[in-house]
Amino acid sequence: MSQSTAGKIDHHNEEEHHDTSSIKIFGFWIFLISDLILFSVLFATYVVLRTRYSGGPTGAELFEVPIFVAETFILLTSSFTSGLATLGLQQGKVKTVINWLIVTVVLGIAFVGLEVTEFITLVEEGATISTSAFLSAFYVLVGTHGLHVSAGIIWMISTIFQLSRYGITEETNRKTQVVSLYWHFLDVVWIFIFTVVYLLGVM
Amino acid sequence: MIESIKNFSSDFFVTGDPLIYGADVSIVLVMVAIIFVLTYFKKWKWLWSEWLTTVDHKKIGIMYLIASLLMLFRGGVDAILMRTQLAFPNMDFLPSDKYNEIFTTHGTIMILFMAMPLMFALFNMVVPLQIGARDVAYPFLNAVSFWTFFFGAMLFNLSFVIGGSPDAGWLSYAPLSETQFSEGPGQNYYIWGIQISGIGSLASGINFLVTILKMRAPGMKLMKMPMFSWSVLSSCIIIIFAFPILTVTLGLLFIDRYFGANFFTLAGGGNPMYYVNLIWMWGHPEVYLVVLPAFGVFSEVVATFSKKKIFGYKSMVFALLSISLLSFFTWVHHFFTMADYKVDAFFAITTMAIAIPTGVKVFNWMFTMFRGRIQMKPPMLWTIAFIPTFLVGGATGVMLAVAPADFQYHNSYFLIAHFHQVLIGGVVFGFFSGIYYWWPKIFGFSLNEKLGLWAFWLWNIGFYVTFMPQYALGFMGMPRRVSTYGWDMGWAPLNFISTIGAFLMGAGFIFQVWQIVYSIKHRNKEGAADPWDGRTLEWSIPSPPPEYNFAIIPKVSEQDDWWYKKQKGLTKVKEDYKPIHMPKNSGIPFIMGGFWFITGFGLTFEWTWMGIIGLIGVATSIVVRHLDNDTDYYIPVDEIERTEARIGGTR
Amino acid sequence: MTTEKHTEHHSSFQSYVTGFLFSIVLTIIPLVLVLNDMLENPLLLVIILLAACFQFVIQIYYFMHLRENKNRGYIVLALIVGIIIVVTVVGGSAWVMNF
Repeated sequence: MSQSTAGKIDHHNEEEHHDTSSIKIFGFWIFLISDLILFSVLFATYVVLRTRYSGGPTGAELFEVPIFVAETFILLTSSFTSGLATLGLQQGKVKTVINWLIVTVVLGIAFVGLEVTEFITLVEEGATISTSAFLSAFYVLVGTHGLHVSAGIIWMISTIFQLSRYGITEETNRKTQVVSLYWHFLDVVWIFIFTVVYLLGVM
Repeated sequence: MIESIKNFSSDFFVTGDPLIYGADVSIVLVMVAIIFVLTYFKKWKWLWSEWLTTVDHKKIGIMYLIASLLMLFRGGVDAILMRTQLAFPNMDFLPSDKYNEIFTTHGTIMILFMAMPLMFALFNMVVPLQIGARDVAYPFLNAVSFWTFFFGAMLFNLSFVIGGSPDAGWLSYAPLSETQFSEGPGQNYYIWGIQISGIGSLASGINFLVTILKMRAPGMKLMKMPMFSWSVLSSCIIIIFAFPILTVTLGLLFIDRYFGANFFTLAGGGNPMYYVNLIWMWGHPEVYLVVLPAFGVFSEVVATFSKKKIFGYKSMVFALLSISLLSFFTWVHHFFTMADYKVDAFFAITTMAIAIPTGVKVFNWMFTMFRGRIQMKPPMLWTIAFIPTFLVGGATGVMLAVAPADFQYHNSYFLIAHFHQVLIGGVVFGFFSGIYYWWPKIFGFSLNEKLGLWAFWLWNIGFYVTFMPQYALGFMGMPRRVSTYGWDMGWAPLNFISTIGAFLMGAGFIFQVWQIVYSIKHRNKEGAADPWDGRTLEWSIPSPPPEYNFAIIPKVSEQDDWWYKKQKGLTKVKEDYKPIHMPKNSGIPFIMGGFWFITGFGLTFEWTWMGIIGLIGVATSIVVRHLDNDTDYYIPVDEIERTEARIGGTR
Repeated sequence: MTTEKHTEHHSSFQSYVTGFLFSIVLTIIPLVLVLNDMLENPLLLVIILLAACFQFVIQIYYFMHLRENKNRGYIVLALIVGIIIVVTVVGGSAWVMNF
């Protein structure tokens, strides 16, 4: 009996399962678009409050070119390596996937580390979140992105753990694709932070 | 030691007001009663395994319904308290600080914890059935949505007895809502109650959007989809794009309060007006997203009870979608008095433009009724009452959209009357109509019609008696949010009339509760599967539907497919069952909601340690779920056969 | 099912490298322009914002597999509406708050 049911289930899967993986990935895209709106509000806030220094330091005085350029290239590279992980997924090479994900996580940690050091330096210089509306907007916009990256790191580690345990299954395949989509998205947001906050700041 | 405990508790609990002591006592009594009943009838396990852990959209819908009716009661009591205070000049019923708290909680609860969950109740109860699906796209996430809403709402309501209610108005304008002017936990309750339930709203928006786009029965092209599902789709589009704005706005306000940032403060270069700009960027789409599903309900009801296809299907769809997009371009009309005249001109025009698609819809409903065989059943009564009410509300809306004139109406009772007219006349009447319409489907028995008629007339007469005088009061110069006024203002007679109306509506609500209790006692199960001779798929299955909804997924060929099949005699389906794939129940959503509650409570009192514990709990719940690969199961064929035989399905 | 799987991912190593190179170039151009003060303000602003937007498109095109996604129609529609809202939120706020 069990065998015949199994056969039926497979058949059934194809017909009415509505292809769970593609539905979940679709939903995640929609989530990303709503997250994009979230960031757009933070960008709007930054744009509106950008010149409200309230006697405190300006962006040109605070931002250090080498640091934000390094952050940008690290995140850009990590976006590329997480892409290579999904490429490994298609070839069915679980080792490749895990290795590239580990590289991505390491780059992510480096990025967050740099950002935290940057924030600490700023605070030590006396530029805190309460100094001016400009700095409030800066910390919250960049910090929200940093929190997103940190969440992505934990998420990626959890995915690596599952990949090493179950190999490439329909589930882990989907989870890896989703986390890498999320990672690319964070890179996209960073590009705009790089442009609107840092480049316009030092201009 | 004892002294410090005493000091703490006198700050922690709200003291000194008989109303609040009364609330304390009744909360404790209700809790004891619930615990006693559950223990006495040995129902704890039933409660956990059938309800708290369920991922079934129908049960989640019922829980949303119960929660929102409770919130309607709470918000309604707030309203009646306010109207009592305003019944006569120089009344001394509520002190002004309590009055501030009550109009704040009334507004917040009615929009966010009553209208929103009532809307989600309808989404959950109807959408999957209507599009021929077995559940929503993400059943687990659906449960998460419910529990985050529930715990967010509970957190908000807790402020009444612990710590003190927020009192800066339902949108908490800065700088009044900043620490400088609103110290203490009240305002934090507002932020976290809404933030936590907002997570659920956003998740529901994504969930139902994907459900509608991807889970429709084979053959149901988008342009053959029932109108209610279309309205849900448009509403979800707004949720997805608008709710992140709210999240950020309240987030920034909290950062201002907690970390001392300067977004909306008067000092440090912040700009309080920017808060107003942000909150209305969410706030305006918000009111449209609650009214669109009501439009969907009216479309279904009008078609069913006129025995005609909806008139102008395509124009209806077009109107819904254009309203959902246009709703993002009108936010400045809430603060014409603040912005530049060029800005005002632009937003006055966009606001008036929205009246066009809305007008199209009203004409379509009327043309559907024209030459139809109209049956005056309860859902239809609410619909017919809606049309003139909404028309007047819409017309006064256009008056308010005229920017120069708005400088006069701004923050007067004219505005109060206007938005209550569209929100009660549109949203509440619409959702009531929907509840009456789909009640037999979800519960398997019908509601007593006679008591329903009483409720209907009391609500309607009460509505006009309450709000028509308020238009006049607005013209007479009465501003909103005043807790009292003098005899010399000449506002006394109209205010008194308005208060009478509020009590009439309250009586209407009591009749509704009575109606529900009465109908549960005298269960009338006759013809519950298809009591109205319905047109869409949900009426093709037994009432209440089995957990898997459709034993066999229907093949759709027409708009109003079930009606078409009934006309052609094609209702018989071949009983060729296959195992059904279903999601497993899970306790994680409930537990995660509990952790959100702990987080919110901790951050409300600015006890960082508690907030961190809560957040760790939330994160752990997510990781546990992420690592869990055993999330679904199959219902075997013989079980389906047994269930179908028992409930008389697959006719 | 299997055929669908195939069509769903046929992105290659090459496309990732292309995307990565494009991104690097599009990052370096504005960086060099800004650090060396090579252009006047309105033009400079337009160019660096355009570079950012191009990179956005490139990430979606080369990295996020949008082309191969079965639901790309809906996603592109949602993205377009999303971008309209983003422009409204940022541009609208700046306009409204400019008094």
